Amino acid sequence: MSFLLVQALSGLATAATLFLVSSGLTIVFGVTRIVNFAHGSFYMVGAYAGWSLIERFGGTPAGFWGSVAAAALAMGVLGAAMEIGLLRRLYRSPELFQLLGTFGVVLVVQDLTAWAWGPEDLLGRRAPGLKGSIDILDQPFPLYDLVLIGLGPLVLGLLWLLFNRTRWGTLVRAATQDREMTSALGVDPARLFTGVLFLGCALAGLGGALQVPRESVTLQMDMAIVVEAFVVVVVGGMGSLTGAFLASLLIGQLQAFGILVFPQITLVIVFLFMAVVLVLRPHGLLGRAEEVPPTAPATVTVPLSAGRHAGPWALALLALLAAAPLVAGDYALILLTEVVILALFAASLHLLIGLGGLVSFGHAAWFGLGAYGSALLVKHLGAPMPLALAGAPVLAGLGALVAGWFCVRRSGLYFAMLTLAFAQIVWSIAFQWYAVTGGDNGILGVWPPAWAAGKATYYWLTLGLCGGALWLLRRAAFAPFGYALRAGRDSGLRAESVGIDVRRFQWMAFVLAGTAAGLAGGLYAFAKGSVFPTLLAVPQSVDALVMVLMGGIQTVAGPLAGALVFHLLESEVMSLTDWWRLVLGLIIVALVLVFPKGIVGFLSGIRRRA
Amino acid sequence: MSGLVVRDLQRSFGGVQAVGGVSFTLRSGDLLALIGPNGAGKSTCFNLLNGQLRPDSGSVRLDGTELVGLPPRRIWALGVGRTFQITATFASMTVAENVQMVLLSRARRLFGLWRPAAAQFREPALALLDRVGMAAQADRPCGVLAYGDVKRVELAMALASEPTVLLMDEPTAGMAPAERLALMALTAELVRERGLAVLFTEHDMDAVFGHATRVLVLDRGRLIAEGPPDQVRADPRVQSVYLGGEA
Repeated sequence: MSFLLVQALSGLATAATLFLVSSGLTIVFGVTRIVNFAHGSFYMVGAYAGWSLIERFGGTPAGFWGSVAAAALAMGVLGAAMEIGLLRRLYRSPELFQLLGTFGVVLVVQDLTAWAWGPEDLLGRRAPGLKGSIDILDQPFPLYDLVLIGLGPLVLGLLWLLFNRTRWGTLVRAATQDREMTSALGVDPARLFTGVLFLGCALAGLGGALQVPRESVTLQMDMAIVVEAFVVVVVGGMGSLTGAFLASLLIGQLQAFGILVFPQITLVIVFLFMAVVLVLRPHGLLGRAEEVPPTAPATVTVPLSAGRHAGPWALALLALLAAAPLVAGDYALILLTEVVILALFAASLHLLIGLGGLVSFGHAAWFGLGAYGSALLVKHLGAPMPLALAGAPVLAGLGALVAGWFCVRRSGLYFAMLTLAFAQIVWSIAFQWYAVTGGDNGILGVWPPAWAAGKATYYWLTLGLCGGALWLLRRAAFAPFGYALRAGRDSGLRAESVGIDVRRFQWMAFVLAGTAAGLAGGLYAFAKGSVFPTLLAVPQSVDALVMVLMGGIQTVAGPLAGALVFHLLESEVMSLTDWWRLVLGLIIVALVLVFPKGIVGFLSGIRRRA
Repeated sequence: MSGLVVRDLQRSFGGVQAVGGVSFTLRSGDLLALIGPNGAGKSTCFNLLNGQLRPDSGSVRLDGTELVGLPPRRIWALGVGRTFQITATFASMTVAENVQMVLLSRARRLFGLWRPAAAQFREPALALLDRVGMAAQADRPCGVLAYGDVKRVELAMALASEPTVLLMDEPTAGMAPAERLALMALTAELVRERGLAVLFTEHDMDAVFGHATRVLVLDRGRLIAEGPPDQVRADPRVQSVYLGGEA
């Protein structure tokens, strides 16, 4: 009994931190409508900054709490700077660009933090005056955690006062309700938004600095917390402060007790909880339905064109690629093999984004599932390569069948969050289920058999399979199936009223894209000889998004060009530096800043001016 | 008995009754106008009929089949076509492809993964576009058309499913007067030629009284008059609603 009480209390302490971070995220989303991927970075840097300050001044209670407050304020200033430098240009951009742009910041911050504080985990000193523990029903419980538990409701109360008792708070609430109206009230929205980012990021920094006495400060903190905060915000209802509080409490308890029941899959429980909540209450526990306009706003989209003489060009390209082993050395062939595989991966994502308007933030799940499927078949069942390669798309397709059923129930940002959640589920299984997947050691020794071991042979095999799959995807894009998918994107209302079951087409597309990505993953496993959980992680999903974006969304050939450019950049430029995250992050930020309305918008803008 | 039989349709939004007890019958050969001031509940009425909204109570029967509770695509499959007040077409496709999509959907060929969609049903699509005077623009992207032209494409799309009942929400909004009359004349012709049953809403009184076979007047969610155009025009309650005078 007392053990359960202590467990519940530690769940409350977790909930307090979660609430601090997710309240900032939800406030920022409520006003700016941007899901700030970099929110976790402010948490992480807040922790690092807090660590440095506490090391220096944290000997006394005043010094300690002053350090925490200073770290939080510093993060607020950084957040305001990000609003002015980046977010301000993205308010009218597609969600994909907002998510990508802020993810670029994540990458940049990771490298800058590693540069400033080094790669080692840091252990901070404990809070003066709160070092001990007290006995609760004969079980020891850390005093500091008790303070944290009290801090959650305190911050909620202060935020409530701020939003309900001050003019600034009223304006923020007004902007949350109706952004257009606020500027009509004579309020400078730019300053309001900067202020909101200051508040949101300061809360993240506060959450981070408060962790210093509890756990070590690491470079992995950012992604871990931001994904959890996403879950909290989505479960609570995007933009709802009390919703975030409620969801933090629930998820805190879920984690505290989940670890007792299923220690291996606590992450899975949290994400499943979110999926179930979203299916039962599509807008979260306390979220309100967005006023959906009766029809999608008229957007001028360039018709997807097959291009003139596409067939002959494709054949010429294929012939050229097939002839590559005659001139290319082993290294170039390995590189080309990877490019061809990534082209299929990117093209499968393009099917979802370019045709269905479905921005998936977890497409790596199916790539990785294919790779793991192949590797597991080889490792545990001793399957020959052809069987393992056939198993990859099947496993990925089945996974996408299940996840897709959930994901296509929601659209826009919620779809992106759901796909992210499912990818994290698959990732956490690969990461935590040591006995089967080897955890972060991965699975090694997945090599092709002797007949396919030659670099040229494996390259041809890859080219044949990927080329075939790409051709099938292309046929599907121009067949009625692809058109129906576009119809659902252009105007869901019209599509439904001419007999198109939009959701079913989206589901089918999800499965098709997952299957194709799975084949790419299987081929990748044999090309590399090993698989690791990183194949399923968020950065892998973002890589695919960047490839699709680089190539342009409105052309079917785009993803191929994108894969080529991206992979060459990655292997030839970024491998020259240890700071590849910084480089990649800056490339992503530049990409979304140069094309804030998407590449299509950019091109049609040029056309209009010409 | 064929046609659309609407009985006691009701729908409220948060305590405000948008449509309160509307009943009428729409038969083959009818060109029935639904008029009323802004906010009278016309669009809500349309959304209830094609399944986009679910009524709180009431029934909509098509040739004896209950439509209430069916999703829009089922109601469409049973032969109820619809055009929208705010135009909704597939902006990333050409004009012809928009119509071809409807023909493909009707033929249940949408799940095809192989044969290019642009090559299927092109001839019948062009014939329909010719009927509404859009054949010359068949290969332009739908997203760049003038507003009135989009309305005509919508009509061609609605006709492509060979409906028995056609619901047209402000079919001529945003059109020039000459275009308006031409579209209404075309609609009247289609009603005669194909035995269609058309229900339309309209703000333009010339269009209403020049072409409708019967007129329904909606005010604050209730039908206050129904009958031939001349009779409705003479109705003092209708005049009061439109002119704000004493009844």
